[in-house]
Parts: sequence; structure tokens; C-alpha cells
Amino acid sequence: MTSPTLTPTRIGDPVDRVDGVAKVTGQARYAAEQPADRLLYGWVVSSSIAKGRIVAIHDEDARAISGVVEVMTHVNRPQLPRFDHSYKDALCVPGSPFRALYDERILFNAQPIAVVLADSLEVARYAASLIEVDYERETHNTDFTVALADRFVPQDKRSGFEAPKNRGDAQSAYGAARCKIAADFHLPTHYHNPMELHATTVVWEGDGRITVYDKTQGPQNVQGYLSAVFGFSPEHVRVKNPYVGGAFGSGLRPQYQVYLATLAAKMLERSVRVVLTRQQMFSHVHRPEAVQSVALATDPSGRLQAIINDAATSTSRFEDYMETVCDWGLMNYACENASAEYTIARVDTYTSGDMRAPGAATGMTLFELAVDEMAYAANIDPLEFRLINYSDKNAMDDTPFTSKALREAYAQGAAKFGWSRRTPAPRSMKDGRELVGLGLATGMWDALFRQMAVHARLLPNGDLEVATAGSDIGTGTYTVMAQVAADTLGLPIEKVTATLGDSSLPESPAEGGSSMAASVGAAVQVACRAVAEKLLVAADQIEGQPLGGARLEDVTLAHGRIALKSDPARSISFGDAMSAAGLETIEVEDTPASRSGSSGQSRKSRNTHSAIFAEVKVDEELGVVRVTRIVIAVAAARIINPKTARSQILGGVVMGIGMALHEEALTDHRIGRCMNRNLGEYHIPAHADIRDIEVIFVDEPDPEVTPLGVKGVGEIGIVGTAAAVINAIFHATGKRVRSLPVTLDKLLDS
Amino acid sequence: MDTRVHDDPSHAGTASSVAGAREAIPISLIINGRQRHFAIEPWVTLLDLLREQEHLTGTKKGCDHGQCGACTVLIEGKRINSCLVLAVSRDGAQVTTIEGLADGDRLHPLQQAFVEHDALQCGYCTPGQICSAQGLINEGHASSGNEVRELMSGNLCRCGAYTNIAAAIMEVLDKDGAP
Repeated sequence: MTSPTLTPTRIGDPVDRVDGVAKVTGQARYAAEQPADRLLYGWVVSSSIAKGRIVAIHDEDARAISGVVEVMTHVNRPQLPRFDHSYKDALCVPGSPFRALYDERILFNAQPIAVVLADSLEVARYAASLIEVDYERETHNTDFTVALADRFVPQDKRSGFEAPKNRGDAQSAYGAARCKIAADFHLPTHYHNPMELHATTVVWEGDGRITVYDKTQGPQNVQGYLSAVFGFSPEHVRVKNPYVGGAFGSGLRPQYQVYLATLAAKMLERSVRVVLTRQQMFSHVHRPEAVQSVALATDPSGRLQAIINDAATSTSRFEDYMETVCDWGLMNYACENASAEYTIARVDTYTSGDMRAPGAATGMTLFELAVDEMAYAANIDPLEFRLINYSDKNAMDDTPFTSKALREAYAQGAAKFGWSRRTPAPRSMKDGRELVGLGLATGMWDALFRQMAVHARLLPNGDLEVATAGSDIGTGTYTVMAQVAADTLGLPIEKVTATLGDSSLPESPAEGGSSMAASVGAAVQVACRAVAEKLLVAADQIEGQPLGGARLEDVTLAHGRIALKSDPARSISFGDAMSAAGLETIEVEDTPASRSGSSGQSRKSRNTHSAIFAEVKVDEELGVVRVTRIVIAVAAARIINPKTARSQILGGVVMGIGMALHEEALTDHRIGRCMNRNLGEYHIPAHADIRDIEVIFVDEPDPEVTPLGVKGVGEIGIVGTAAAVINAIFHATGKRVRSLPVTLDKLLDS
Repeated sequence: MDTRVHDDPSHAGTASSVAGAREAIPISLIINGRQRHFAIEPWVTLLDLLREQEHLTGTKKGCDHGQCGACTVLIEGKRINSCLVLAVSRDGAQVTTIEGLADGDRLHPLQQAFVEHDALQCGYCTPGQICSAQGLINEGHASSGNEVRELMSGNLCRCGAYTNIAAAIMEVLDKDGAP
């Protein structure tokens, strides 16, 4: 029976993460942690050249080691399909997807070229070290600045890519203006580096079926990919990812470890586990390197007269990865004349890809650095400057927003932060021997919604299960699902079990784009409402119809009972209703209608916004920067769970601080290899780097944006944060650093 | 041009040079209070022993180089990166992993505080953070937030839960009345 002491959980309650206990006790099992009989360990051998071909692989010494079962290479691998279409996953970009061990071609440094399979991890690792490879090298280029000479506008666009739209005559307006700035900004390559290494355990079931535990954000994408590449019928491939140790985009497209593990399992007809090393985590997807050239001009009152916002990002030689970099500045600011050109440039690396707020984390952040420069050139307070140029509509598409409470975010953030105590001149604030700087930036991201299906199952005792194939990559999806289900049927969250991470469950898109909470929330609500409708039909079977044929809008659901709103004393339990109808369970699978408000309405823009305020302290002699305080005010409509949503924002802010001060992949272009491919040298923020971060969710009711009035929050926290920090560094030091990260050598360099 | 390349010459060896490393050596460990006997090769790390042989997968591998702290366990109450420990070198040691902290169904105060403060997201660094925090408390050096942040800096969290982790640890420190 439903415990009467437990009150129903509501949308908006700050409930604890429902998978928290499994995670703090070590019981949550990730991809490399699933047991399998007669398991083989696969160790990936990586190429040491960036471009060319393999002439010979000498694996005799490796094969001689006791415990080595096979060395799989392009020479002895099972047959693979010939044409590109078999390798195109649901989230692929234009081009020819990478095929590991397909032939002798080397396309990038640290490309997987062999897998040693052994009965222990140690033997596989050791034997792999014995393999020698003869290569024929070809000239490579990994230097983006060199590649830029051949940058181009991609003709075949990836799905969902929106090219910037020009307005007015930006060149003429810029030329005619007297108050203006122009500068180039640079963002280095970033690697996602989730704490969990990319890993796959393929369980060879022996009857033609495989169960694949994979580190992915989309188990159904991996299922489709493995079926197409390896010739399995889709129902024979089950991909599971109940726990994912972070991903940030690195698990959107199938990674090469799942391909290699499946290829080896097929070859040897045994269960196989492949775990990449941290070094190998720097051999695949990454945020592209970027250069952004921004020119801005204002009239004497500080109103923007021209925006020119050109950008280029890196892609591989074999696929055209592109992201929306230029649009953000054009959308966010009112200005009659704006132009942008987005290009990509090829380097000999793996294909770049989506990483937390792809496009915006780069393009909005770098644009917000330029906005600060413009505000100073116009001699206007940076916050005032943004308010002068505030746009209530999407200034690029000329469409209204379903909601935009950015003005409130600026106001509440500024008040909480104490922006008014800021003295405008650089180097004008000090704390002891440290220079103090206060900086500001704006963030913007999409409020995405994707259709998906949820299965709901109610038992007479009020136990409720909700399930879909989607993933929780640390984002809180389990919790959001359980919370919306509990809210819809008036149950305490303890009565709800949420199931995710299994390709055999109802259809769900990959976890990405901050779309999941809004999408899964709507689907759970629709499914649970259908359950409630069935409960009411069942209740009508009770003799005398105590609810008098009431409809869903006439009743309240709470504590496992249905009560009439007009007469709460008249109520019946879920169990009584179900037993009257002879039901042991009520099961529903449902999908919400496509996005509300889109039919017959004029097109509207759906976005989240934020205002980020940063305080830094800079040791003038040593150049050491400390981010002592961040206040971020986020306008993201309705928040399902303020506790887990806040954590999402915190995580984005921390990654943004890393973007400002730490993260940078350093390549030796002579050999075309990332040289700091470990967590000791590729710096990300550590505990000591992170001080006070305050998160404000401003009130932004928006029933139109998605069915639950929810906008996602997984990415907005990173967008613009680095700009707030770097603008604060300018305020502290008077120094503009336009190439990220702002390391102390750049500050000390005069 | 043809070039013969070793990926890392320092690893190059021959089949015969590894013979010594493959001789199993008997050791015993007390893992989460239970005496366990093993015959293991010297090249097996404590981390891989726990994960692959004991199936105690709560201890995580994030880098295998002692750079991320995900593999932190307690040996005789002291926190240590288990990826940097060869298991044979700790014959007879008392090892506590994340699986050994709770008292039956009752969570350890740090585990409870981590859940309440939402000091985790993906959960992968979490066992290492909690074991490290227990080691920190045992050391008795930290009493302020700044000290906690400084002395927890060997445990990376890519989800960026740092402020919540520090708050959870401070709550337990304050309740314990620790120094």
C-alpha cells in the first residue's frame, strides 16, 4: 500500500537524485564493469604517425605471449561493408565516417590500428607494447592556422545546422562609424575527458545475439550503427548504458571502442571488453579549434551600428563537422547591420564534434569578449552597454521569443553580485597585493524539444515504473522522470522506478542538446496521464460508480487514491479501481504530440539565456589568476528540480572556468600528435580552482516553449562563462588576452 | 620513406623478459574487513585486482596514472591512488573501498552528505572523492573550506560538482567536531 506518511512529490521540489545512493555506494555499474563469462580483454594499439599507410605490422612477439588469443588488424579482421552509408550513425556529419582496421590507411595520429585480445588485462597491455609497425609516411598538417588558408563554406550541411543570416550592410556601417573595435579571438582544441574512460563490454550470448554495454549517450544510435556495420539484425543487438560516467558530447556518435569490441567479439565469437586509455581519449572526438574575427561599431550613444562576426572551426580530412558559432551574437543584440561568415578548415586529426554547448560555448563566449572591448571603446559600463543593445526578439531571424527574461537575469545577477560597487577603470580595484577584476558576459542556448516515447506501468499498490531508451549521463534524467511521473499520479517519488539506458525500451533520441528534461518530462507526463485515464475507466467499474464517471480534470490524484475535486471525501484507491476492472497492471506507451504552439502560430525562437558575473583576483607579479566568485542568473523557464538543475549549471560554470584558464590541447605539428594527452598536463579545474558559485534561476513562466514549460539547463552554464572571467581579468589588469586559455605567461608577457 | 617505429621504446621487450612478471605470488589482503587470498602476478595493480578479480567495481579507473584520483581507496586508513600500487607490495594490508564504508543499509555520513548536497552527477569520480574525503578526515589537517579544497585537489570531477563536494565534506567535518 502507498505509505500515507509520504507526501506526493511535485515538479519543482528539490528532491535528491534518485540514483544517488547507487553512485555513492559503488553499486552503479558502468560500461567496463559488467561481468561476462570467458571475457577477453582488448588493448588498442594506436598509430604513431599522423598520415600515411601501414606497410607491415609485426605481431609475432605479441602472439608468442601466453594468454594472447588474437591480434586483430586490418589484415585479418572479419569482412566489413564497403560503402559509407553502412557506417553513418544517426548523428553523423557529411563525409566518410572513420572505419577502424578497415585498410592500411592512416588518417590521424593515434588512430587505432590493432587490438590485442588476451585473457587478462595485463597480458593484453604488455603484448600490445611488443607490436612494431612499419609505416610509409605522408605529409600531414595538423596546424589549424596553416589549414585556414584553405577554409571553405561547407555546402552539404549537417542536420540541424543553421547558417548565419545577414541583415543590412554591415561593412558600410562599420566603415562609416567612428567608434569601433575589431579583433581576432582564438579557442584551442578541447577534449571532453569525461572521468569514465570510453569503454565497451560486448557479451557474446551464443545464440546470434549480443548485449553491448557501451559508454554512449544514445543506446539506440549505437544499436542501429552496430547492426548496419556488422550485419546483425537489430533485434539481435541490445545496447545498454544504465550509468554513464560523463560524456559532454563524446558519447553522441558511436566511438571506435564499441566498433572494435564488437568486431573482435564477432571474429572470436566471445565476449570482449575494450577500454581506452586516458591517452587514447585524446585520439577521437574533440571541440574544434576556432578563430573568430569580430568587428563592432556604435554610434556615440553606444547603440550598435554594425556587427561583423566571422568564424572558422577545424574538421577532419574525411568528415565536415560544423557547428553554429556565428549566429549567437547576431541573434542576441539589436543592430540593423550584421553579417557573418562561417567556414571550416581541414586538418589531419579525427573529426571534431559536439562538446557541451557546441558552437555557443565557442561563438557566444568569443563574441562576449568583443562586446566588452566595444563597451570600453564606447566608454559605457559593460552591463549598461548590453541593456542599451538589448533585443526583445531574435534579432537575426526577426522572430519573437517564447520567453526571454534576460533583463531580469542581468538585474538579479548584478544585485546579488554587487556590480554597482565596481569602479570602471581597469586596475582600479585592489585587495592587498592582488588586483581585483569584475567582469560580465551573456549566455544563450537553444531550448530544444524532441519527441520520444515512454512506457508507464502502474501496479495496484501504487508502484509505478516509467521507462525509455534514453540516457542519464549525470544530468539527472532518472530523477526528472521519476519526479514528473510522481507529480502526474500524485505519488511520492519513492514509489516510482525510472528505467533508462536500454535500446530495447521505447524510442528515445540521444541525450544531448539540453533537450532531455523537457522531452522526457513531457513524454512521462503524457504516458502517466494515459495511465490515469485508464484508472478512471477502471473506477467506473466499481458498483455505484462512486466517482460518478468523473474525468481527469474533475479529480485529484494523491496518496494512491483518486478523489473528486468537488467532494474530496469521495475517493477510491488505485487498487480498488484496478481490482474492480480485473486489472493486475495498467500499462501505457505514449508519445507527446509535436511541439506545442508550432501549429498555425508564427514561428518563434526558443532559447535559454543567462547573465554571468565573475570576480577574479590576479597576483600582479606572478600572473596567477583566481576566480574568487561567480554569480550566474539563468532564465530557463520552469525548473523541474532546482537541486539537480543547479548542479548542471555549476558544472557548466566550472567547465567555463576551465575554458578561460586551463584547457588547451597542445599538438606537436611535426608529428601531428597531441602532446599533453593526460590529465596531469591537459589541465581541467580541480577543487582548489573553484570557489564560490551562486546560481539564480529567474522567474520565466513559458507554457509555450515545451509541453511542460521547461527549458533544458545542461549547457547554458558554460556559454559565456569564460568571457565573464576573461573580461574580469581585463578589468583587473588592463590586459586583453584574446587567445584562450589565459595562462600566466600571456598575462606577464608585456 | 619506410620507417620502423616503436610507439614507446621503453616498453619494448621480448617474450622471455616477461617470464618473471608472470609468476604468481601468494598474498593476502583484508578487503572491507574480509580476509582474501590471492595468487597474483607482480604486474597487477591493486586497482585492477579490485575491479577485475574481486569485481569491486566501485573503485574507478579514470587515468591509470595517478592523475585523477578516481581510484582512491584507503589502505590502513590512508588514502592512496590504487592504480599506482602493485598489489603484491601490500601483502597483509587492510584495504577499504567504497563498498566497505556503509554500515549495512545505513550510509556512511559522507555518503549521506554527498547525496543530500548533490555532490555528484555522473557518479564516476564519486567513490574516489568519498574515500579521499575519509582519508582527509583521518589525517586531521583540514578544518576550513579552503583547506578542504586544497587537500581534495587530487580528485578531479569533470561534471564540476566541486562546490557541493566541499560543502558535503565540510558538513561531516563540522558534525564530527574534527580539528
